[in-house]
Amino acid sequence: MEVIFKRPKALSDREFTYCPGCHHGIIHRLIAEVIDELDIQEKTIMVAPVGCSVFAYEFFDVDGTVAPHGRALAVATGIKRALPDMIVFTYQGDGDLAAIGIAETIHAANRGEKLTTIFVNNAVYGMTGGQMAPTTLLGQKTTTTPYGRTAANDGYPLHVSEALSTIDGVAYLERTTVSTTKDILNTKKAIKKAFLAQIKGLGFGMVEVLSTCPTNWGMSPVEAQNWLLENMVKEFPPKVFVDKVGD
Amino acid sequence: MKKLMMKGNEAIAESAIRAGCRLYFAYPITPQSEIAEYMARRLPEVGGVFLQTESEIATVNMVYGAACTGKRVMTSTSSPGFSLMQEGISYIAGAELPCVFVDVVRGGPGLGNIQPSQGDYFQAVKGGGHGDYRLIVLAPSTLQEAVDLTQLAFDLADRYRNPVLILADGMIGQMMEPVELPEMRDLSTLPDHSDWALRGARNREPHRIAAFNIDPVGLEKMNKRLQEKYRLIEASEQRWEEYRVDGAEYLMVGYGTMGRILKSVVDSLREEGIPAGLFRPVTLWPFPKRRLKELAKKVQLIFVVEMSSGQMVEDVQISVEGKVPVHFYGRMGGVVPTPEEILFAFKEVRKWK
Ligand SMILES: Cc1ncc(C[n+]2csc(CCOP(=O)(O)OP(=O)(O)O)c2C)c(N)n1
Ligand code: SF4
Repeated sequence: MEVIFKRPKALSDREFTYCPGCHHGIIHRLIAEVIDELDIQEKTIMVAPVGCSVFAYEFFDVDGTVAPHGRALAVATGIKRALPDMIVFTYQGDGDLAAIGIAETIHAANRGEKLTTIFVNNAVYGMTGGQMAPTTLLGQKTTTTPYGRTAANDGYPLHVSEALSTIDGVAYLERTTVSTTKDILNTKKAIKKAFLAQIKGLGFGMVEVLSTCPTNWGMSPVEAQNWLLENMVKEFPPKVFVDKVGD
Repeated sequence: MKKLMMKGNEAIAESAIRAGCRLYFAYPITPQSEIAEYMARRLPEVGGVFLQTESEIATVNMVYGAACTGKRVMTSTSSPGFSLMQEGISYIAGAELPCVFVDVVRGGPGLGNIQPSQGDYFQAVKGGGHGDYRLIVLAPSTLQEAVDLTQLAFDLADRYRNPVLILADGMIGQMMEPVELPEMRDLSTLPDHSDWALRGARNREPHRIAAFNIDPVGLEKMNKRLQEKYRLIEASEQRWEEYRVDGAEYLMVGYGTMGRILKSVVDSLREEGIPAGLFRPVTLWPFPKRRLKELAKKVQLIFVVEMSSGQMVEDVQISVEGKVPVHFYGRMGGVVPTPEEILFAFKEVRKWK
């Protein structure tokens, strides 16, 4: 019998520890498929963040390490500068990349570091129990915005991709979702391009993936999908911002 | 071998390159910026990487990343910058990565000033970051020693897979002295580290590096292994210098720049017929406790001088276990005590003894 669907080689055999309905698992799989298709498993090094995906370095069957909260792109820069022939990627949440690590993000992008970043935007801090993130929507309730986020007190949702799109060092930048099959396939294409931007030496590549956190949003997986499609997509429209990779 | 007249910061930079350091990341801060400027000029000549970072927080994490590859990497900074690096240093020590830090200490606390000081002893030696970890800390008192200890720093970092700190002060960084530089190391002779480094999992299982273990028993196990390593370092790496301790009744103790000033204090006292000697710790961690404890049995009084309110003096007290009185004299805020004022302070203490 022909096998038509199997675990990608680049995923280890550890079981994911993510909650049911969480998008981290889908995104992990897409990255692993891209690594397999590009045949770069043996020269890929991953930098895991602090946040729910801290275990990512064990889920991928590649060399890896864990950076301090927010510093994945600095750690990745150190690795890539030491070993320019390696393919280095970071996997970061919105708290990690857009709050504590925003300086590292902007400067790695601005230096045009030949790195790939997968930015998982679930509009909330997952691991620490659902506090406000820079990307939390106005009016959205979190454990630290119990009455809903207000612009007056908490500021506005931060549009990281829009901000990075003005930076010359960026070679590929797209915002996607993984809510429908079509979106999943499109996200995979985007991830591939973000890796190609690195492989071709063009500069910094990032894909922002809008994702659910059913646990901290207090929703079922299906409700969370719908909430994402009805609310997050309006605030953070999926879009190709920068494409220097071409077809 | 011919001697070159060099500035301290530049001598440390050149020595690092000759020790095989090809990766340097840093953010400018006085009084050590010449290290960065020298590296920016020199590293491209030897095929190395120089990168001026956006902050010390980014710096220490780039050092972490580069150290994950097992290559020789260094950064340098001064006090406020070193404070910012502490979280990353905890991660690096926990992940057991070899790398070298240079802290050219300035006056504090806060923005303080840019004059020489020894006020960073606590954060260097007692662990400024979180958790149970240790840095190996080396304190040069001359530029030749700064050159030699830079070589040693890289070797110790590799031997123990542990971060090593060269703790200097603005005086060491800024002054000029003749130094003899070592030969350029052949990179192929350096420790390889391919058994743990991140270099792509070709024909082997993936390597994973992290100071992280969600299971408390597992994390304790990792900590126990770290502590075993620290005991081994304490047993094997205590270093110090003694000067005219034969027949000494009074023992001066000081490190780095203070150590060299105390040498002239000892000479003056000896000229007056007062039997004084000097004990200068070279490793601040591990503190040279063993030898200091032996010497404590032979002297009547120990006189510690520091460019701080008294930080190392606590380690002296611990080492001598109350066997002899320990007195302290210190200046702060970037003031360097003169031999005359130290003599005066010492004689006051001796009068009352
Ligand atoms: C220096 C530091 N500050 C705070 C924390 C606590 N912390 C752990 S995860 C996290 C937020 C992670 O949120 P995000 O990046 O959005 O990832 P998610 O968990 O949602 O996947 C915080 C604040 C930490 N570990 N280190
Ligand atoms: S807490 Fe949220 S982000 Fe974390 S695993 Fe669960 S659903 Fe995913």
